[in-house]
Amino acid sequence: MSLDISFIGILIGSIMASSVPLILAASGELITERSGVLNLGVEGMMIIGAISGFALMVITDNLFIAIVGSMFSGVIISLIFGFLTQSLLTNHVATGLALTIFGIGLSAMLGKNFVGIPGKEFPILFSSLRESIPFFGPILFGHSIVLYFAFALPFLTNYFLKKTKLGLVVRAVGDSPVSASNQGINVITVRYCCILYGGAMCGLAGAYLSLIYTPQWIENMTAGRGWIALALVVFATWSPIKVLIGALIFGGITILQLHMQAIGFRIPVQFLSALPYLMTIIVLVVISRDSRKIKLNTPTSLGRIFYKEK
Amino acid sequence: MIKIEKRNDVPMTLYFFTPFIAIILTILGGGIIFYILGFNPIEALKFYFITPISNLYGLSELLLKATPLCLIAIGLSFCFKSNNWNIGAEGQLTFGAIVGGGVALLFYNQEGFYILPLVILAGAIGGMIFALIPAILKTYFNTNEILVSLMLVYVSKLLLDYLVVGPWSNPEGFNFPETRQFSNSSRMPLLFEGLRIHAGIFLALAAVMLSWFILYKTYLGFQIKVSGLSLKTAKYAGFKGKTMILVVFMISGACAGLAGVGEITGPIGQLHRMISPDYGFTAIIVAFLGRLNPFGIIFASLVVALTYLGAETAQIFLQIPKYTGQVFQGMILFFLLASDYLLFFKVKILNLKKNELRH
Repeated sequence: MSLDISFIGILIGSIMASSVPLILAASGELITERSGVLNLGVEGMMIIGAISGFALMVITDNLFIAIVGSMFSGVIISLIFGFLTQSLLTNHVATGLALTIFGIGLSAMLGKNFVGIPGKEFPILFSSLRESIPFFGPILFGHSIVLYFAFALPFLTNYFLKKTKLGLVVRAVGDSPVSASNQGINVITVRYCCILYGGAMCGLAGAYLSLIYTPQWIENMTAGRGWIALALVVFATWSPIKVLIGALIFGGITILQLHMQAIGFRIPVQFLSALPYLMTIIVLVVISRDSRKIKLNTPTSLGRIFYKEK
Repeated sequence: MIKIEKRNDVPMTLYFFTPFIAIILTILGGGIIFYILGFNPIEALKFYFITPISNLYGLSELLLKATPLCLIAIGLSFCFKSNNWNIGAEGQLTFGAIVGGGVALLFYNQEGFYILPLVILAGAIGGMIFALIPAILKTYFNTNEILVSLMLVYVSKLLLDYLVVGPWSNPEGFNFPETRQFSNSSRMPLLFEGLRIHAGIFLALAAVMLSWFILYKTYLGFQIKVSGLSLKTAKYAGFKGKTMILVVFMISGACAGLAGVGEITGPIGQLHRMISPDYGFTAIIVAFLGRLNPFGIIFASLVVALTYLGAETAQIFLQIPKYTGQVFQGMILFFLLASDYLLFFKVKILNLKKNELRH
């Protein structure tokens, strides 16, 4: 196998494509967690987004409706989580797990008649530039609009959290809901919004899989990417820019596996697949040991129920 | 007008009654989903909840599936009661099955009464060691046990995948991702000829009795319950928090490991990729539905096992994917958590006119 420069360009391009669902889902979950809510339902919301996006594409033959619809269905399904955890004050961990289990089941049920239907080609942008420029062409051009959005999202998220007033509100609610509440902020409403936003992004991440990355519907097609996205948020120590870097590393590992299998490399692929999880545990240990590092970005009230006596 | 008040203490009758409300609501919800999908809801629910257990074979299958769920949930109840969020039972089950299966493979061409106890012991120790990872990281590095135990699930599944594809794969197995068949001495004895229910059920029952004894009759159980109710009180009372965290994780891991070993030495008889249909995650639902009470967990494991069986029957008769079992499992937990609201809050319906007269 020749490792020429144009091949590396194509390789980087494919790593970027495989990291998109991780970036989208993790950026959404990051906002949710920064508001103090731990939603373990990422996998469930993604798979619901995947089936509803694909089903809408088949039914309406319109990709725009499919994409928007997948985000909308992500919002609807996360509303269940929001209602339970915020209005009925249920435990975040248990509710999130229920959401994932429910989502995987429901998607298989809804997708029964969509198995085996071929997908539609998703339009890519600047396809002529992709071919004409060596190395940079396959990296920068010839991707779907969702990919460009995904790569802008961490920067937008970072700007939102650090530079806008609303971002400050989200962080305040996540770090100290009681003081935020005393400042007149409606903690529950803010958290609802962050949960629904997370749902929309996870829905989009799922639709990216079923409409763009591998355009078809397969049961359980998210295949654990939701859990990796969840790990990614921790790996990135709740910082949006590091989510982007982490997603490229984790996405890169996936692509690397395929190529290593192809050239018959000795390291078992399973060890590479386990790396994202092991790296996340190591990062967790490192940040948890040092209380200053933990204070840096970790939402202090993560996963805790907030209840205000009326 | 509706007024919501916080309760001062949780009424015990309601505490054990709400799981039944959750089950009824789940069945209603399932009926609605079947109706939307174009099935006759009554008939579909009958295929789901009655057909599977209307014969002896079905009942045996119900107990077969309830066994690992019950075992794992019993273990989890120790963790959850003391506020330790071990959600990686699936990983502990897998690792227990790997260690137990490894021992069984050592004896693949031997017979002897000592083999099965060794295999079972190895499985329990495997699960225990794997559960110690999040426990040690939590106690000594202050790491979040939810995330660590969850991540380890995928690590253990990948390890199993590596073993059955690579070093442990059956040399005469035409490259199928599975190990050799275990010898008969590594298999759980069957209870009845022709049925799959095996002696593993006694392990589950023993776990129920033992956990009841530990939780309600020993000092350790008292410590666990107090720590769950109030960490401050536990500290004030001088309980050694770190040791307790390690102990509850070890109990929980050992139970999950036993469940794993029960599966591979029971119905499966070898190691392959699909040793558990997410029993480790579903057992979390069982533990909650059973109210973390040993006897409640027996009941809950039967209910949740029925959703697995029903899904298989519905797949055959209604041609719907067997993942639908998870719809029911998810709904049970949703409704249970939602109905818990009634435990902590009193919903009062006030008569507005009377109130106005009074003021």
